[in-house]
Amino acid sequence: MARRVSRRAPARLAGTLAPGRILAGAVLLAGALVAAAAGCGGGRGEAETVVRFWGLGREGEVVRELVPEFERRHPGIRVEVQQIPFTAAHEKLLTAFVGQATPDAAQLGNTWVPELVALGALAPLDEAIAASAAIDPADYFAGVWDTNVLDGTVWGLPWYVDTRLLFYRTDLVAGGPWPPRSWAEWRRAMERIRAAGGPARHAILLPIDEWPQPVILALQAGAPLLSGDGRRAAFQEPRFRRAMEFYTGLFADGLAAPLDQSTISNLYQEFAAGSFAMMITGPWNLGELERRLPAEMQHLWATAPLPPPEAGMAYPGASLAGGSSLVVFRRARSPAAAWLWLEYLSRPEQQARFLELSGNLPARRSVWEAGGLAEDPRTAAFMAQLEHAVPTPKVPEWERIATRIAQAGEQVARGARSLDAALAGLDADVDRMLEKRRWMLDREAEAAADRAAERSEGAERSDGAER
Amino acid sequence: MTAVPAAARRERSEARAAWGFLAPALAAIGLFFAIPLAGALLLSLTDFDIYAVADLGNARFVGLRNYLRLVADPLFWTVLRNTLVFVVLGVPLTLIAALGGALMVHSSLARLPGLYRTVFFAPVVTTLVAVAVVWRYLYHPRFGLINHGLGLVGIGPIDWLGEPGWAMVAITLLAVWRTFGYGLVIFVVGLETVPESLYEAASLDGAGRWQKLRDITLPQLKPTALFVAVLVTVQVFQIFAEPYVMTRGGPLHATTSITLLMYEQGFRWWNMGQAAAIAFVLFALILVTTGLQVALRRWGSGR
Repeated sequence: MARRVSRRAPARLAGTLAPGRILAGAVLLAGALVAAAAGCGGGRGEAETVVRFWGLGREGEVVRELVPEFERRHPGIRVEVQQIPFTAAHEKLLTAFVGQATPDAAQLGNTWVPELVALGALAPLDEAIAASAAIDPADYFAGVWDTNVLDGTVWGLPWYVDTRLLFYRTDLVAGGPWPPRSWAEWRRAMERIRAAGGPARHAILLPIDEWPQPVILALQAGAPLLSGDGRRAAFQEPRFRRAMEFYTGLFADGLAAPLDQSTISNLYQEFAAGSFAMMITGPWNLGELERRLPAEMQHLWATAPLPPPEAGMAYPGASLAGGSSLVVFRRARSPAAAWLWLEYLSRPEQQARFLELSGNLPARRSVWEAGGLAEDPRTAAFMAQLEHAVPTPKVPEWERIATRIAQAGEQVARGARSLDAALAGLDADVDRMLEKRRWMLDREAEAAADRAAERSEGAERSDGAER
Repeated sequence: MTAVPAAARRERSEARAAWGFLAPALAAIGLFFAIPLAGALLLSLTDFDIYAVADLGNARFVGLRNYLRLVADPLFWTVLRNTLVFVVLGVPLTLIAALGGALMVHSSLARLPGLYRTVFFAPVVTTLVAVAVVWRYLYHPRFGLINHGLGLVGIGPIDWLGEPGWAMVAITLLAVWRTFGYGLVIFVVGLETVPESLYEAASLDGAGRWQKLRDITLPQLKPTALFVAVLVTVQVFQIFAEPYVMTRGGPLHATTSITLLMYEQGFRWWNMGQAAAIAFVLFALILVTTGLQVALRRWGSGR
C-alpha cells in the first residue's frame, strides 16, 4: 500500500497559535514579492536566488524535469530539488523544523498540513493567491482545496489529488446491477460474488489495519467523527455506528477476510488469481495494475465510484480528499522565489506535463479535460469521485486517531469485542488524545478574552482622557 | 613543605594521575549517559509533545501522570504480557539452541567447525529487513514452506502471522533464530576453557559421554551460561525489530513489545513524555530481572 495521504477538518488551532505571525508572514511575503519583481527586471547582475525544494518519493524525482523551464523563465532563480522517501518524510520534516533546517518550499501529504500549521512552520498563501493570475481556486476540486484551509487561511496549493474508489474484476461482478448505487445493493453484489466464487474467493479486500476504508464509510454516512471544533470524539454517534456496523458486518459474514497488510504478500497476484473481486484503493494502482497484470487480463478490471449509503442520496458517496500540497515555509530565505516556483508548478501546462511524467492525477479540473482524463473510463470514475471528496478532521492528532479507528474495527472484525464496547473504548481513547488540544484551545480562548478586556479597558481610559 | 612524607606525596600524585586517566571516560559517561538519563527522567514528568516542539511553553509538568496513565491503560498490560512471554519463551529457547549448537560445533565429530560457526553466526549479522521478507514467505498461510511441511504430516494450515496466538510464537522463533548464534560463539569459547584433564580423568573413571556432559561440561559452563543469559534477556526485553518489520505489532497488538510501544509513542506520535515514562519502566524491569538472575546464580553457587 503506497503513500497514504489525506486531509482534515476545521482546526481553530492554527489561527489561535499565530494570528500575529500570519500577518507578519503575509507582509513579509508581499514585500518579498515586490523585491523579486524588481529583481527580475534587474536581470543578470543580481546574485542568484536559490529555492530549496523537498519532493517526496517518485514525485521528487520527476519534478526535476520541470526545473529547467522554470529557470529559463526566471533567470536569477535556481531550484535545488531534494528527494525524500515518502516513508521518512514526516519524521524528516519535524526534525528539520526542530533543527531550524526547513527548506524554502516542499511537497506535503495534505493530512500533514494542520500539524505543520500548528507548529507554525508554514507561511500563509492567501495574499499571493489573490494576487496571482495563474491560480484560480475555483478550478480546483473543492474538497481537496479545503484540506489546505485552516480557519479561513490557505496554507498550501493542491499539487496532485488522490482519492479512493472501487477497483474491481469485471468478470467476477457480473450477474446483477453494477456499479452499486447504495450500500444494500453493494452488499447484495458481494453476496452474489461470494456464492458464485466458492471458499477461495472473498468479495472484497479490506486490509484490516488500514483506516481509510472504515473512515470513508463513516464520511459517507455523514458521521462528524469529532465534535466541538475537534475537542471531543464522536464515535458513539449513530451515523458512525451505522458505518462501523456495515464495515464489520462484511467480515462477520465472510464477505471480506480479516487480512492485514503484512499478510497480503502480493496484492496483484491475488487480484489476478481472483482471491477477491474488488478493493478500495487509490490512483497509484491504475499504473501498477497496468504494469503487473498480464496483457490478457487487462480488459478484466475497471474502476467505479463508491456508492452512498442510501439509494436516494447523491451519487457517488463520499471518499477521501487525499493528495499532495505545495507549501512555503515560514523560515524560507526567499519566500517570493519559492512562491514563483509553486505558482509555476500549478500552471495548467505544467500540471499537464507532470501528469505525463508521473501519472499523478492533477488537482485542476481544466487539466483533466485537456488531458483526456475525463474520457478514459478508468480515470473518469476518479473525476466523479473527486467531486465528492471530503476532508477528514483537520486536527494535528488525526493520523493517530485514524489508526485507532482501524484498531476498533479490527477488534470487532476479529470478534475480540462487541461493536458497542469497541466504540466506547475508541471514544475514551480519542478523548484522551485530544486532552492537550482542549487545554491549548482553552488557554488560547482565555488569552484572547484577556486581550479583549484589556483593549476595552484601554479604550475607556482614552475615552475618559478625551473628555 | 618537605614535611609531607614522600610516600603520601606519591600516593596523592598517583591518585591525581588516576583521575586524569579516568577523566575522559568519566566525561564521556557523564555526557552521553548521565545527562541524557537525567534529561529523559525529567521528560517523563512532562507532557512534552508535538505542540511543545513548536513552543516550549506548551509543555506542562505533570508529575507522575504519565506513569499513572500507563498503569491504567489496558494496552500497556497487554504489551507487558507480550514482552514477558517473549522473554519466558525466547530466553530458554535461545540458550538451548546456543548451547546445543556450541556442543555440536565444539565436538570432535564436527568437521569444519569454522564453517559451522559462520553459518550459525550469519543470522546475527544479516539485515533483519531482508530476512523478514524471506520469513514472511515461510510463514505465508497458503504458499509458505512451513505450512507445506506441516501439511505433509497432516497438520492443517496455520495462519502464523494473522492469528494473535500464533503470531507471538512466529515472532519468537524468528528472534531465537536471529540471536542464538551470538550465544553460540560465546559458549564455544567457554567450552574451549574447560580443562581437557577433567575429561581425561573422567574417562579413566569410566564416565560416559552423557555423564561427562552433565558432571563436567555443564557445571564448568555456569559462568558463561549466566553471562549469555543476562545478555539474551536484556536483548529479548528490548525486542523491537522483529515485530516492527514482520507484524507492526499486530494482529490486535498481540506482538507489540514494550520497545515497540515506546517507539510508537515517541517517534510516531511525538508523545515524548509518555515514551520516556515507558523507557523508565522498561529500565526498571530489566534491572530487576538481571538482578534476580545474578542473585539466583550466587545462591546456586553458594550451596
